Amino acid sequence: MSDIGFVRTEMLPEQDPPASEVGIIGWMRHNLFDGWFNSALTLLSIYFVYKVLAALVPWILSPTWDAGSLAECREVLGALGREGHYAGACWGVINERWIQLIFGFYPAELYWRPIAAFVLLGVALAPVLFSDKVPSKLLIFTILYPFIFPWLLWGGTIWGPISVVLGFVVGWLVYSAVDKAVSNLALVYSAVDKAVSNLVGIIAGAVAALIWWLILSGYFVGAMDSIAAIGIEPVESRKFGGFMLSITIGVVAIACSLPLGIVLALGRQSDLMIVKYLSVGFIEFIRGVPLITLLFVASTLLNIFMPPGTDFDIILRVLIMVTLFASAYMAEVIRGGLAALPRGQYEGADSLGLNYWQSQRLIIMPQALKISIPGIVSTFIGVFKDTTLVSIIGLLDPLGLSNAIRADANWNGIVWELYGFIALLFFVFCFSMSRYSMYLERKLHTGHR
Amino acid sequence: MKKSVILGAATVAGLAAGAAAAGTMDDVKARGKLNCGVTTGLVGFAAPDANGEWKGFDVAVCRAVAAAVLGDANAVEFVPTTGKTRFTALASGEVDMLARNTTWTFSRDVDLKFEFVGINYYDGQGFMVPKSLGVSSAKELDGATVCIQTGTTTELNLADFFRSNNISYEPVPIETNAEAQQQYLAGACDVYTTDASGLAATRATFENPGDHVLLPEIISKEPLGPLVRHGDNEWGDLVRWTLNALISAEELGITSANIDEMAAGTENPEINRLLGSEGTLGEMLGLDAEWAKRAIKAGGNYGEIFAQNIGEDTPIGLARGLNAQWTDGGLLYSPPFR
Repeated sequence: MSDIGFVRTEMLPEQDPPASEVGIIGWMRHNLFDGWFNSALTLLSIYFVYKVLAALVPWILSPTWDAGSLAECREVLGALGREGHYAGACWGVINERWIQLIFGFYPAELYWRPIAAFVLLGVALAPVLFSDKVPSKLLIFTILYPFIFPWLLWGGTIWGPISVVLGFVVGWLVYSAVDKAVSNLALVYSAVDKAVSNLVGIIAGAVAALIWWLILSGYFVGAMDSIAAIGIEPVESRKFGGFMLSITIGVVAIACSLPLGIVLALGRQSDLMIVKYLSVGFIEFIRGVPLITLLFVASTLLNIFMPPGTDFDIILRVLIMVTLFASAYMAEVIRGGLAALPRGQYEGADSLGLNYWQSQRLIIMPQALKISIPGIVSTFIGVFKDTTLVSIIGLLDPLGLSNAIRADANWNGIVWELYGFIALLFFVFCFSMSRYSMYLERKLHTGHR
Repeated sequence: MKKSVILGAATVAGLAAGAAAAGTMDDVKARGKLNCGVTTGLVGFAAPDANGEWKGFDVAVCRAVAAAVLGDANAVEFVPTTGKTRFTALASGEVDMLARNTTWTFSRDVDLKFEFVGINYYDGQGFMVPKSLGVSSAKELDGATVCIQTGTTTELNLADFFRSNNISYEPVPIETNAEAQQQYLAGACDVYTTDASGLAATRATFENPGDHVLLPEIISKEPLGPLVRHGDNEWGDLVRWTLNALISAEELGITSANIDEMAAGTENPEINRLLGSEGTLGEMLGLDAEWAKRAIKAGGNYGEIFAQNIGEDTPIGLARGLNAQWTDGGLLYSPPFR
């Protein structure tokens, strides 16, 4: 045995990893050609992707943007030597009708109003969606926005929305006045405690607001209109169509269904029997009925039940039905979030001495909603896509319009171009919603899991 | 918003409106607009153009009525209705009249409580086959696959026809005309059957229309016409006689080109009565003397409307056929204006 030891005295220089392990080649070896089976699958997939693209890309790349009819499209393609049923897309129809697909029959000189409404929608949503990046003072605008939105879309004098806002003001004033009066009584008789005076105040305020909205506001609007008819040109619901209609229904249904859903979910878990069974009954009834049925009820049955000549706006009817439908689903999604919270959270909130609403607001809901974000957003996306069902009751949403466009003798026979365009726009909206929900999940991921 | 206002108003109106059901004509005049139910889109019959302006054969009837009552052919609110919503829309008063390629049948007239005021298009169910199939009569279609819209009378007519001829077929159910075009062109079915006007319009969109033939058999009667609610006879009369005025105008040779000249007075007393230079026909309807003149001016007489929207010079290219004047061997026969 020799006992010669050898110790290297200097470090070897770092070497580049072998070429087969890094860069594109390395990535491909690891991810695409990892063994014979995966290699075969990769080649097969590439072949399929190629086949699909080879058929699709020439069809899409079709110089028919300026064509005025299907026949002209065929001429253009024929001149290029492209014949046959799938020779190329006829984009002329999109060129001629894209504005109609987006705005429906809304008067062209008033397009700025829906555009402004949806841009302002972004502004109003910003402090809610990106609360860490936007000054919270914008929230005031968010609160006012629900009154601005319908006014911009439907038009009319400004006194309508103002009178609705005034209803809230009246309610608030009555509430605080009654609350104070009852509290003063409490000082005298000491039999009435704080909660009772609060409750009496809320009831009085709500009644006052209802009286204002149902009875007085009509006179108020009439009077103010005759004094100073400040306003913008009214637009009838009949003129709504295309994506504008879809987005309007979608936005309203989404915005209203979340709070309604939260209330219903809490109601379903409530200890108060009547509240509980009302919520359960509502949720199960609405979930047990297809949306189409509800839409038919909105469009036809309500018409029969209401006295002839009653003008109950068709879009308003649809909005109510879609909102109810969405809120039932939303309630169940949120109930899932509530059920996922460990019992300790509820007990912890109780042990801190918080009352029901405080514990919901501060402890339960923030966690439950966070858990339910994926479910909530998929309900939103589902509602938005379900708005296309209104074409069945004769409202011209994008799908309804595609049918109407095809009824133009120039464009009869065009299918894929229209559906493709509509699908693309829907994808843009739904995909951004889904991306936002993932952003929100990452932001709120505070490390419980 | 107006939401709460409307809701509140609805409850109040609910109490009041039951009693105050005025005539449709007064409603239309008070509103200043005619609410006319049309299809959500049918080639040649009703479709919005790129500017949202409705055009078509059925649309022209609405415009003529609006012109007669309100003096303005554009004072029409077109309410798109589907096959499912059309009858409730009319029954509930959402629309004043339907001009929506609706077949006049016994049950619709009697049971659904509507009043068909006339026929503006005589249609019938036909068959389209590829020429390469080598079929010249529908009776040779034994064992064929047939594209058929589900839930329509065409489906029932088809079953009746094949049963009475003791031949068999295989149905391929489809939902819309657009789907049918795709299926038929893709060869999913040998035969496409629907109303003959629809077949012609569909065939016109094909790349090679000459490769497809319409078989001679027409297996059903589909008289299409405008309809109004039962029980409002003044309004029904008005729509009926507006349609008759369009038909009579063609028979009498009144066109949108020569109408002003003719309205000044002619040798023919019927023309004079129709156009209001003689007699009091307008007054009897509750309108002024020139109602028919305006109606005809709105889009021309029946023949002009036909030629403009679905006639042989349009891509749809329908021949007059049954829809010619009775003097030309067709079925159009307006009662006299007297």
